[in-house]
Amino acid sequence: MSQTAQALSTQMDQDLFNHWFDERMAQREADHVSSLTIIATKGTLDMAYPPFILASTAAALGWDVQIFFTFYGLSLLKKDLELGISPLGNPAMPMKMPYGPDWMQKIHMNIPNAVMSNVPGFESMASGLMKKTLSNKGVASIEELRAICIEADVKLVACQMTVDLFNMDRDDFMPEIQDWIGAASFLPEAQKADVSLFI
Amino acid sequence: MNTEINATLDARGLNCPLPILRTKKTLAQMATGENLELVSTDPGSLKDIDSFCNQTGNVLVENSNSDGEFKFVIRKA
Repeated sequence: MSQTAQALSTQMDQDLFNHWFDERMAQREADHVSSLTIIATKGTLDMAYPPFILASTAAALGWDVQIFFTFYGLSLLKKDLELGISPLGNPAMPMKMPYGPDWMQKIHMNIPNAVMSNVPGFESMASGLMKKTLSNKGVASIEELRAICIEADVKLVACQMTVDLFNMDRDDFMPEIQDWIGAASFLPEAQKADVSLFI
Repeated sequence: MNTEINATLDARGLNCPLPILRTKKTLAQMATGENLELVSTDPGSLKDIDSFCNQTGNVLVENSNSDGEFKFVIRKA
């Protein structure tokens, strides 16, 4: 027990002191606003979902949310989203048709890497089928989730270094980006957050 | 139970996290003590709506399930 607590508890009855302490703690917990910080580092269609889903849901729960977009994650902040997905070297990705009868949609097509890498347009076809699957199942588009995040005051911050590194143009990015920062500005935010995730 | 419903939200066909996000949005336009009836088909919403209510202090008044449709009544805190 600290000296302050000891001094207080000798002046007060021990039970009263404990009661007062519990009340203060409960008040502090009730006043606390939870917060989430996310580092988004991937720019593919599949990996665009986790940061925006978690951020929008946390905002709906009343949390303060900030997403730091760095490296390929920056493509999620482009004015025009052109997100794709590659089944090549991605063995866990199900290759299923979003069209046709139910039994056919359940078939996992085992397409050899050699075919995926040699057939022109295979990646854009796979991306198109994935987008169709997402909309068939009532999953929001990335554009929609991103708009919800902005509406819910999720703070979007972008990595300054990445823009310089890849010769990107700031004008290609959304005006809703609140700040262009580096690791030294993000870390103190993450330090204060209750939950911090690297995606 | 006879609960007065002040607003309804049809989230059928929508998947995680849309039912939660729409619920939050609809509740924001309602007054304290009013009831929202929500219908969804996302099985995940069963646990998610419960968790949403726990976190936000809104009260899950009713919760039923029939033919793959989940019905919730939420009282705004």
